[in-house]
Amino acid sequence: MSDLLKFDLLSASIALKNKEFSSLELTNAYFEAIEQTSALGAYLEIVKDHSINMAKASDKNFKNGTARPLEGLPIGVKDMFCTKDIKTTASSKILENFCPTYESTVTQNLWDDGAVMLGKLSCDEFAMGSSNETAAKGNVVNPWLKNSKMSPGGSSGGSASAVAARSALAATGTDTGGSIRQPAAFCGITGLKPTYGRCSRWGIVAFSSSLDQAGPLTRTVSDAALMLNSMAGHDKKDSTSANLEMPDLMNYLDRGIRGKKIGIPKEYTQDGISDDIVSFYEKSINWLKDSGAEIVPVSLPHTKYALPVYYIIAPAEASSNLARYDGVRYGKRNEAASLDEMYEITRGNGFGEEVKRRIMIGTYVLSSGYYDAYYLKAQKVRRLIKEDFENVFEEVDYILTPSTPTTSFELGKKQDPLTMYLNDIFTVPASLAGLPGISLPVGLDKSGLPIGIQLIANSFDEPGLISTARVLERSAEFNFIADGAAK
Amino acid sequence: MNESINLKPGQINGETGIWEMVIGLEIHAQISSKSKLFSGASASFGAEANSNVSLVDAAMPGMLPVINEFCVEQAVKTGLALNAKINNVSIFDRKNYFYADLPQGYQISQFTKPIVGEGEIIIDLDDGLQTTVGIERLHLEQDAGKSLHDQHPSKSYIDLNRTGVALMEIVSKPDIRSPQEAGAYVKKIRSILRYVGACDGNMEEGSLRADCNVSVRKSGEEFGTRCEIKNLNSVRFIIQAIQSEAERQVEILEEGGKINQETRLFDTSTGETRSMRSKEDAHDYRYFPDPDLLPLEFSDSWVQKIRETLPELPDLLKKRLVTDFGITPYDASILVEEKDYVDFYQKAANGKDGKLTANWMITELFGALKKENISLSNSPISPENLGQLIALISDGTISGKIAKDVFAEMMISKKSPSDIVKEKGLEQVSDDIEILKLIDKVISENEDKVKDYLGGKDKLFGFFVGQVMKLSQGKANPGMVNKLLKNKLK
Repeated sequence: MSDLLKFDLLSASIALKNKEFSSLELTNAYFEAIEQTSALGAYLEIVKDHSINMAKASDKNFKNGTARPLEGLPIGVKDMFCTKDIKTTASSKILENFCPTYESTVTQNLWDDGAVMLGKLSCDEFAMGSSNETAAKGNVVNPWLKNSKMSPGGSSGGSASAVAARSALAATGTDTGGSIRQPAAFCGITGLKPTYGRCSRWGIVAFSSSLDQAGPLTRTVSDAALMLNSMAGHDKKDSTSANLEMPDLMNYLDRGIRGKKIGIPKEYTQDGISDDIVSFYEKSINWLKDSGAEIVPVSLPHTKYALPVYYIIAPAEASSNLARYDGVRYGKRNEAASLDEMYEITRGNGFGEEVKRRIMIGTYVLSSGYYDAYYLKAQKVRRLIKEDFENVFEEVDYILTPSTPTTSFELGKKQDPLTMYLNDIFTVPASLAGLPGISLPVGLDKSGLPIGIQLIANSFDEPGLISTARVLERSAEFNFIADGAAK
Repeated sequence: MNESINLKPGQINGETGIWEMVIGLEIHAQISSKSKLFSGASASFGAEANSNVSLVDAAMPGMLPVINEFCVEQAVKTGLALNAKINNVSIFDRKNYFYADLPQGYQISQFTKPIVGEGEIIIDLDDGLQTTVGIERLHLEQDAGKSLHDQHPSKSYIDLNRTGVALMEIVSKPDIRSPQEAGAYVKKIRSILRYVGACDGNMEEGSLRADCNVSVRKSGEEFGTRCEIKNLNSVRFIIQAIQSEAERQVEILEEGGKINQETRLFDTSTGETRSMRSKEDAHDYRYFPDPDLLPLEFSDSWVQKIRETLPELPDLLKKRLVTDFGITPYDASILVEEKDYVDFYQKAANGKDGKLTANWMITELFGALKKENISLSNSPISPENLGQLIALISDGTISGKIAKDVFAEMMISKKSPSDIVKEKGLEQVSDDIEILKLIDKVISENEDKVKDYLGGKDKLFGFFVGQVMKLSQGKANPGMVNKLLKNKLK
């Protein structure tokens, strides 16, 4: 058992600075952990030589006293991020041998701050899915109840599984409708989706451009703050990136929540939520109250439309965003006699079922004759959902909700798409409104699976989100480790 | 057929009566920008295939468009020059379709909210009349790449150099009624684009192309079903294509047929249009706002700043030329056709006889340049030298006839007219004594004819003048020769 795996991102960073161990030692410990947990299938690609070089460079910086904020810390990268000269497939067959010549802004920010890259992590194909079962290279297993082969959630399932299994100190994810928060909840870790525009989308394989947002999956709230500090920032190459300075989140870890108002939306306590989750939701409310917050019942009346709206807008954008995977310039191509036939075979073989389903839905809702009834109406309702939040944030500072209606489920137990889509029922509304949200583990259900609670903040209030999440984290004292984690 | 009917341009005399054409144009103008609409790649023409392609143009995964501000300025400038409404908020939409030379699988364009709204321009027709054509809108969009189908027996090659190049699409209202008007409209748009510098208007290189919507109807009836003729790249082809398409439609309608709304191509070898795709086969472009781009927003004061950079535009300039230089409106309209022309003219006519300068420029200079196939910008005669020539004529240094010889010499040697006149001793002889000497010589050599003249053969006077002029090698002042001869032969 490697003692080094016990360190979380923040404590490892301090230990490295104090020269308790080297980045090379830490990185090697993670490669052992990756090997030990390889059955989980979290990694699509490991880049050991590259990692070792980065670790050695970090050790040199520690020696020279030029250490950067994430110096020497080994992390994993969701396969949606383009990484220079390292295969980037978005977990899709259609990009199976695609190697970008460029690095995404977010990952470049991480390397510029000294982080060490371990490899690329599996996800649902093109981030479409909530169980990581749509990945071309097969399922990723949740390290919790490892013998039951539970889903890590999705789409950032590989990232969540790796962080929970301690085969990465932290990982990047992308969240379109819950793809960071839901897998974080399933795997008993922290997942933060920043405000839309906080992190550049440049170099991230696009799924739904108006919703996609990068964020960290980490063991703790402090780790999320440390990661996001480096990931976020204005980028001229992304026109939707916010030109706003983000304050140093590490200054907000211990500000408490005395006098803050926490909204409890009545629409989020409905049938179909597991009893254990309801009970931990109530506990969480009390913990915040005990820490000096005022609890305020609120209403987000258009919540019930969020999922249908999401499943119009996201597929609509996806159907257009994925048109570029046509076999003409890069990626997989099936030769055929005519151009149309080549498209059909290439895309028919290259995309998986769920991706094809969403392309079909998206194409349909944008078609002439249906556009007004679906896409345009969905945009109008999206506006109403956003206004719901704007109204509530005039009364309260933060909103507390469960992260998911259930805890993780068994892989391979075929769920119909609609049931699967319900997984994101609590995470989708904040995504549609572009708001920052964080899921953190607060307890285990009767079967021993982690339960996640979500906090939602107003636009660009990541500092407050971190302060509040820290309070909840301290009260919950979630110290469990997955049985499938590296030892 | 009634032979006596006097058809106006754009009318077709069919079996069932007179038809008129209804024409609307969509002009695609490439913006004169060094880089593309949403990427930093070069937009230059004629580079090696696929050498001007950025990651964004090739639609690599995760690449995002960033608007080129210069192109936005050019669109606004053009909009102002078209007397059109500038929309302070406009939106970029995606036009989705699959094609091998469209890397993103969509073209970024503007659909519901274009950057420029309604406007109008005045066009000049050959008969000296003017008419107004309404502008429906102007929007910004990306060009597609180029498919090369003739390089390999079974493969097509793709050149992405043009992919993402900035275009303005200028859509007219269906106000045009004849192929000639369509031609004049395109010329006027091209001229305006060149004045504001938004587009070089080069049709051979594809910087300016037009799609023509054509339908026919009997006067006073509702619009008929239209066909769109795609991608015409010269004024001549536009005129030919519209005429032939309208005739085709009349023929079908008179045989009791119906026009299918469709997209057609003009075959330059046959001079006819042929079907490209029918309405049923038309793409469903699934337009929706591009989520990668924010709405384009700017303030009134920004638009005002752009307005202040606008040059003097052809319509106003034409009026000013008539007033300032005393030339005819017709000459003025020729001179303002191109910014080059008017700049040249104003330099040449500065302080000179404006009317004479216009005559010389339009008749002599344009004629000579056309014969030699040289553009005005490469003219061997500079505006200053043309002006000097006019001055030499005006002050009587040389005659108009000698001026033509000097002009011809200027075309060849590029020398200044005064140098040529000096070198060759071509100054006009206006000295009484000099001319009288010549007259005496002619009279003494032609005593017979003098007798005849004095005997009543008045017609011989011209002969004497000719002889004197010949003797002077054309340099004698013809007015003075006339006067002195008359005195002498009394």
